[in-house]
Amino acid sequence: MAELARDDRLRQGAGISIAERPARACIDLRGDVTDARFVHAVESVTDLRPPSQGLAAASGLLASLLWLGPDEWLVVSETQASGELCARLRQALRGVHAAVTEVGDARIVYAVAGPNARDVFAKGCPLDLHPRAFRPGQCAQTLLGKVSVLIHQVGQDPAYEVYVARSFADYAWAWLVTAAGEYLDGSEGK
Amino acid sequence: MSQPNRTAAGGRIDRERPLSFRFDGRHYVGHAGDTLASALLANDVHLVARSFKYHRPRGILSMGVEEPNALVQLGQGAYTTPNMRATQVELYQGLSAQSQNRWPSLSTDVGAINDRLSALLPAGFYYKTFMWPAALWMRYERGIRRMAGLGHAPREPDPDRYERMHAHCDVLVVGAGPAGLAAALAAGRAGARVIVADDQCEAGGQLLAERFEIAGRPALAWVGATLAELQALPEVRLLRRTAINAYYDHNFLVGCEQLPGERAKELSTVPRQRLWKIRAREVVLATGAIERPLVFPDNDRPGIMLAASVRGYLNRYGVKPGTRVVIATAADDAYRTALDLAGAGASIVAVADLRAQAAGYLPQQVRSRGIEVLTGARIVGTEGRMRVDAVRVQTGASRVRALACDLLAMCGGWMPSVHLFSQSRGKLEFDAGLGAFVPGAATQAVTCAGMVRGAPSLREALAQGFQAGAAAAARCGFDRIAKIECPPTLEPEETPIDASCAFRGTPGGGKQFVDWHNDVTVADVRLAAREGYDGIEHLKRYTTAGMGVDQGKTGNLNALALLAELRGVPVLEIGTTTFRPPYQPLAFGAIAGADSGALFDPVRRTPMHGWHERHGALFEDVGQWKRPWYYPRPAESMRQAVDRECLAVRAALGILDASTLGKIDIQGPDATEFIDRIYCNSFRTLAPGRCRYGLMLRQDGMVFDDGVSARLSEHHYLMSTTTGGAARVLAWLEEWLQTEWPRLRVYCTSVSEQYAQVAIAGPRCADMLAPLTDVKLDAMPPMSVREGSVAGIPARVFRISFSGAPGYEIAVAAGRGVELWTTLMGAGERFGITPYGTEAMHVLRAEKGFIIVGQETDGTVTPLDLGLDRMVAADKFFIGKRSLARADARRTDRKQLVGLLTESPQTVLPEGTQLILEPHDFAAAPRSPVAMAGHVTSSYYSANCGRSIALALVKAGISRLGETLYAPLDGQLVKVTLTAPCFLDAQAQVRRG
Repeated sequence: MAELARDDRLRQGAGISIAERPARACIDLRGDVTDARFVHAVESVTDLRPPSQGLAAASGLLASLLWLGPDEWLVVSETQASGELCARLRQALRGVHAAVTEVGDARIVYAVAGPNARDVFAKGCPLDLHPRAFRPGQCAQTLLGKVSVLIHQVGQDPAYEVYVARSFADYAWAWLVTAAGEYLDGSEGK
Repeated sequence: MSQPNRTAAGGRIDRERPLSFRFDGRHYVGHAGDTLASALLANDVHLVARSFKYHRPRGILSMGVEEPNALVQLGQGAYTTPNMRATQVELYQGLSAQSQNRWPSLSTDVGAINDRLSALLPAGFYYKTFMWPAALWMRYERGIRRMAGLGHAPREPDPDRYERMHAHCDVLVVGAGPAGLAAALAAGRAGARVIVADDQCEAGGQLLAERFEIAGRPALAWVGATLAELQALPEVRLLRRTAINAYYDHNFLVGCEQLPGERAKELSTVPRQRLWKIRAREVVLATGAIERPLVFPDNDRPGIMLAASVRGYLNRYGVKPGTRVVIATAADDAYRTALDLAGAGASIVAVADLRAQAAGYLPQQVRSRGIEVLTGARIVGTEGRMRVDAVRVQTGASRVRALACDLLAMCGGWMPSVHLFSQSRGKLEFDAGLGAFVPGAATQAVTCAGMVRGAPSLREALAQGFQAGAAAAARCGFDRIAKIECPPTLEPEETPIDASCAFRGTPGGGKQFVDWHNDVTVADVRLAAREGYDGIEHLKRYTTAGMGVDQGKTGNLNALALLAELRGVPVLEIGTTTFRPPYQPLAFGAIAGADSGALFDPVRRTPMHGWHERHGALFEDVGQWKRPWYYPRPAESMRQAVDRECLAVRAALGILDASTLGKIDIQGPDATEFIDRIYCNSFRTLAPGRCRYGLMLRQDGMVFDDGVSARLSEHHYLMSTTTGGAARVLAWLEEWLQTEWPRLRVYCTSVSEQYAQVAIAGPRCADMLAPLTDVKLDAMPPMSVREGSVAGIPARVFRISFSGAPGYEIAVAAGRGVELWTTLMGAGERFGITPYGTEAMHVLRAEKGFIIVGQETDGTVTPLDLGLDRMVAADKFFIGKRSLARADARRTDRKQLVGLLTESPQTVLPEGTQLILEPHDFAAAPRSPVAMAGHVTSSYYSANCGRSIALALVKAGISRLGETLYAPLDGQLVKVTLTAPCFLDAQAQVRRG
């Protein structure tokens, strides 16, 4: 596995917890959502229709489809093997103009949850995560400090998952721990 | 310890919590709830500063944001902060402050000689005085700089923490005075998301300084009840100690929150300042007003204060700044000061009213207390050295009376704080009644309420606040508003103010200050107007009026009203200088936020970074990436290490971490057509399973990026880019696809981070790799790609080389990069495998004359300049093609890529060295111009060549091969010979970028 010392990537405190999630299958999916064959093919493999609405995510038992752009989704799954899921998507999309690209190794996922999670994000994310503006099941590509991230709200509490490019993951972790510093247990202050 | 000016009771301070502090080394005691200014005044300290130019003794003028005089150096060592307004510094235990701009001390200041020399130091004196001789300006400037600047910046790194916060709301209310609180209440009750920001530690605004009543009870009871209701509303956020400093487009405002000094130091996880970036659908500005000072001779002595501030100190802080008080005023408002002070036992010597009449309710109240009111008064001067001790007043033609006093409270009416409104690009109007600017037409979703709009009474301010808050919420869709009862207030009618009394000054001697902060007087404004600097922007730059820490908050209006009168035009025609952020000074640290130290910039590391670290690699920054530079062994120099690594690659086996190169997955039925348009060389002839080096140009025909692209299958490519170009190339591809060629069916996906990539190079690489892989290496021609496994890891194997030595590159999932690397290291041990870094990589590719984009190219270099004519396809379209046909691109004297050999094989020219055609005697003619023929782009010692080698761009270089040029270096001329850009067996050019 990766070299980076990730053993300690779990921090908790008053109203906040931050933890690295285990590696999961991530597939970058490109295609035309107005093409019924594309939609059916994706549905046949994931049981989900690719959301055509911006900032939307569709989640099912097998996988989630996170909207990245008008013709781009991130297919993620914690239960399916990446290679197999890829192969099934490619098979189903045979003859359809689409692209299925494995990107699971390119991303690290952090879980950020708790009543103070929004205040922690507010320190470096310009997006409005207020419950009136951003709800469970929504996702958005935005900034966290100086790096691009994909934020997916997975719970009401609130709970979020943050996808960050592998080489920026150390920065993102340091950023999260610093931003949450005032809430964290045993914080020596960074 | 006694606080002689502290009242026995009253005020908002906590008398149970004394706080000791130091000012200029002396110990004092104040209370929790004090500012530094109120605590100094409680201790009867008026003299707190020396003025900027004349070093005149100065005291505390005001109570708030506008303070021009009481600027102190706060804290010590790394924590020190210059030019802090004592009026805005909350007192804390152990606070230590120093006065500024004096030497050796406040009471004995050598610089005060400037006051006596003032005739030599008129406005703009430095433009006139130091103009000749011009050569000496730099010396003058040093002296001027030493004299200017007031406080000093700390020399140590800032130990405090800062952070930024993004916030969003329906309604942002700026100011928590009566109008702001009313607006927040109306919007909050309607259900809108509301943020209320106020720069004080306590809400209430001007009510904190007054003895007003609302609904028959003290106004602060209403403030308390309102706050309680606001705090109970879940969508209302109150930001105390938060000055909104900037108002940008799209209702984006930025504020700075001060966290109290004591707390921040105890808990290093809590920042000292927090920058708030607020995006609001609607803004209500309830920013209040600033009291206008009066202009008269020697109006700057310590003990001369703004009248509303005087009663503010009394009512808010329980501090009576003086005991024998003269009040000078052009408005009824100052009579409140007289009444409040008299009520607190101060002796009011007289009220000098500059207006012809003072017949309103408040003046009558004052008279009924037996206090003398002089109408039609003129202030002809003041006396006192370190503190005012008399005011000289004249009424009509009577003789001048000297009124002994220890405090002079002055009032020229109120000036609405239109700064933020103006920053929002709202238009200002001139209110003749107020004699001041008020908000006019707005250009953003903003409304103003209260004194900023010129509300003449508390009742009106509250009504405007409720109305503005309710309307703003309604525009955001929150219109379920319970009817709001505006609470009743009892207020007397006031006599109109006469603003002209404020700025005109009094004919006669003595300096009449318009701008305290910059020592600008009436005479300076007159001089500027006389000399033609009679536009407001000219006036500002010529006299410095309105510059500096206070940005003219007290002085600007008087300066421009005076200028308008001198020119005989309406004030509105003179206009104002531009209001710019920040409204109040803030620490640079607040702007930087948490972006310092480890968070200054992301550091990107490859999956194998830890291995490199453990094996002694030094790292080179390539963009944000850390790449292994070279791996020195103990006691090895850089040159020795790089030589060893280079020799190992050519002789046996080297291994390089190539993971940082950009990788873009390109697929779709039109992928080949797309790639062919992007690269200047042809790709349609590339068979699946093969790779090709591609060169990418901009529209102007200049080289933009390069790299090897592999055709994985009929409609599927994997493009590689330079490390630094990865993001920009993907953006470039998307731009062309989305804006120019939307019909091409192609998808591009970045996979740069998905793969760890390892280059192995050297004659033994196949020997090592073959047993580890199921890929048939001997069936792989140069420039080909195969899928398979290496060391049991699914992998892509490329037969490509950037070193010119036989080589492969192996890509595996990033998570398995370390596993691949360590397996290869183990398997290569018996072949003498040597990890090499970017320095050796650069030397090796230079030995073969392979370019590096960004080193041999700088955005002005075409493929033809690089001698890569054969890569420019004639039979297809590509980006930049037409530009290559321009006459300029065809010039034969363009700078072209050549190799350089120095006469002495040990001389390594510095990269960037200029080259000249003829020998030149620099000792004899050091400054004469010499035509430059080109410059060195890459230069190394090559152990494989046994000598130094260099690449250079030289005018008409390709036609000069074999010629000798000269490189001026450290006073010597180094002879160089031009060669073809390849130094090692010039066949078999296998390459990648």
